[in-house]
Amino acid sequence: MESALAIISGSMVAGGIFLLLSQNLVRMLFGLIMLSNAINLVIFAAGGLTHTKPALIKTGQTILHTAVANALPQALILTAIVIGFALLVFMFVLFYRSYETLGTVDTRQMPESDPEPDHGAGTTTTRLEHGP
Amino acid sequence: MSNILIYPILLPFVTAAASLLLWRKPVLQQALSLAGAVGHLAACVAVFAVVRGGGIQALQVGHWPAPYGISLVADHLSALMLVVTGILGTATAVYARGELPAHLRAKSFHALFHVLLGGLSGAFLTGDLFNLYVWFEVMLMASFGLMTWGQRRSQFTGAVPYVVINLLATLLFLMGLALLYGLTGTLNMAHLHQKMLTHEARGLMTAIAFLFMAAFGIKAGMFPLFFWLPASYHTPPIAISALFAGMLTKVGVYALIRTFSLVFHHDIATTHGVLLVIAGLTMVTGVLGAAAQNTFRRILSFHIISQVGYMLLGLALWTPLALTGAVFYLVHHMIVKANLFLVSGLSRDISGTLDLNRMGGLYRAYPLVATLFFIPAFSLAGFPPLSGFWAKLLLIQASLQIEHYVVAAIAVAVGLMTIFSMVKIWIEAFWKPCPPSDVDVAEVSYSGWKIAPVCALALITLLIGIGAEPVYQLADTAARELMAPQAYVQAVLKGGHP
Repeated sequence: MESALAIISGSMVAGGIFLLLSQNLVRMLFGLIMLSNAINLVIFAAGGLTHTKPALIKTGQTILHTAVANALPQALILTAIVIGFALLVFMFVLFYRSYETLGTVDTRQMPESDPEPDHGAGTTTTRLEHGP
Repeated sequence: MSNILIYPILLPFVTAAASLLLWRKPVLQQALSLAGAVGHLAACVAVFAVVRGGGIQALQVGHWPAPYGISLVADHLSALMLVVTGILGTATAVYARGELPAHLRAKSFHALFHVLLGGLSGAFLTGDLFNLYVWFEVMLMASFGLMTWGQRRSQFTGAVPYVVINLLATLLFLMGLALLYGLTGTLNMAHLHQKMLTHEARGLMTAIAFLFMAAFGIKAGMFPLFFWLPASYHTPPIAISALFAGMLTKVGVYALIRTFSLVFHHDIATTHGVLLVIAGLTMVTGVLGAAAQNTFRRILSFHIISQVGYMLLGLALWTPLALTGAVFYLVHHMIVKANLFLVSGLSRDISGTLDLNRMGGLYRAYPLVATLFFIPAFSLAGFPPLSGFWAKLLLIQASLQIEHYVVAAIAVAVGLMTIFSMVKIWIEAFWKPCPPSDVDVAEVSYSGWKIAPVCALALITLLIGIGAEPVYQLADTAARELMAPQAYVQAVLKGGHP
């Protein structure tokens, strides 16, 4: 089982990196999603895969009496999924906004970031254009 | 047990939440934000005082004994970093009040700002690797928001690579974490230190160590992983880019110092040997990149990279003196670099541009601004008696001490190149007569909101330079704690050690 998971997560990482190397923002987004899921699988596999019961304590008892599965990797994965999801949502919005602003999803057609944006002089006239 | 450790994390989050509640009252929101920043500084200083008085402090959150729960730990390195975070947080909060027009300070700006401060404090205080990952993500989320604050075109072209490469770095960090947990069964750094002493799978550990090095190296702007930095740091508003320049890459350096002293100490020859080569390359490429630039903030951005090289050098040499130099360098650099970005804002207000070809005459027109640039710039370049001189001296002395003559030569050469860059800005922006151009040199009367933080940071630079001895002592204590982590391990694991 471990080796299967290792191969799966390895190929997902490879696919994710392949997509990240493309010039299309949408494909880059998919690449990052794939990568973050691959790494969740790595946490799962690294935590040790065992065929045992979940770590639940029966009513009336205070400690576990039988061998149970390690619950910590699952907690780590849950945290990682939540955080990863939030980041991906932000990235989705960022990519969409930059598509709106720059008019392209092709990174090669994006303008080089300005050498240094000029602002109006003085505190009162400092202008920062507001997005549409 | 010391509950005081929670305040530098708790206060910014309370401020952030409260400022969101004041969504419709921008004046109150602004006042609360400034008060929150000052409160955060006070909390950081309090932690520092406690560490000075009572040595390494540890707090087991929720009374879960280490290594099962999350430990917050403050040693001298953490405490120093916290104090600098507090200082820079307050300085940039004040500067932002002067720089950003009211509509850009309204709504969620203050919340993001304080979440960033909270994330930074958390990263400096945590003693648990997974918790460090969480703090990195908190910082990232806030920094993504701030990076695009104002939503100008150039900010998007800068933010896209920033976001993608930083996400990749955290994913690498997470993968390293997972494998480390699989091998050792713990993520508490003090506990990991003990497990490493007896662990057999040394080859695997070294492989994991390099995953961590790549992940933190991306954050720190280490060669060859730094390209996102000069592409993005010159795009956000000045106050934000100053806070980023002062803090964000340095969290990466801090994480490298922490993990490569406490956790990955099993194969110093390989890990720190590779780090030494990378440090040299980082210094050289950063400074050469800066020489090719011709705008104010881009030159400064490339110099962040070369300076990060110096700090990595201190870690890579792995002697007490070299680590002392690295810690000294961190403290000096964070203050100086943030200040230089703030000064670039002052000069932009006068010239209307930061393109060096179109600037000029600032020394004649605004001698105060010129002086305020002079202090941090030549401290960065390493002029005695400013703070950068002592930092460089310590590192060069450390490399000579263990007969790394090539490294010492590179450090000296990069220092000279730094002088070249700073003199370039000085001549172009301040000394040469103002070029006849489309931009008028405006009559600017500075508000105290902008001048005060710059003056304060310049004063701190001067004080670190003139009173180098106390700072050296602090850095020395921090380095000793890092070289011999028994006290750290003891502070975290005492009592409920399994």
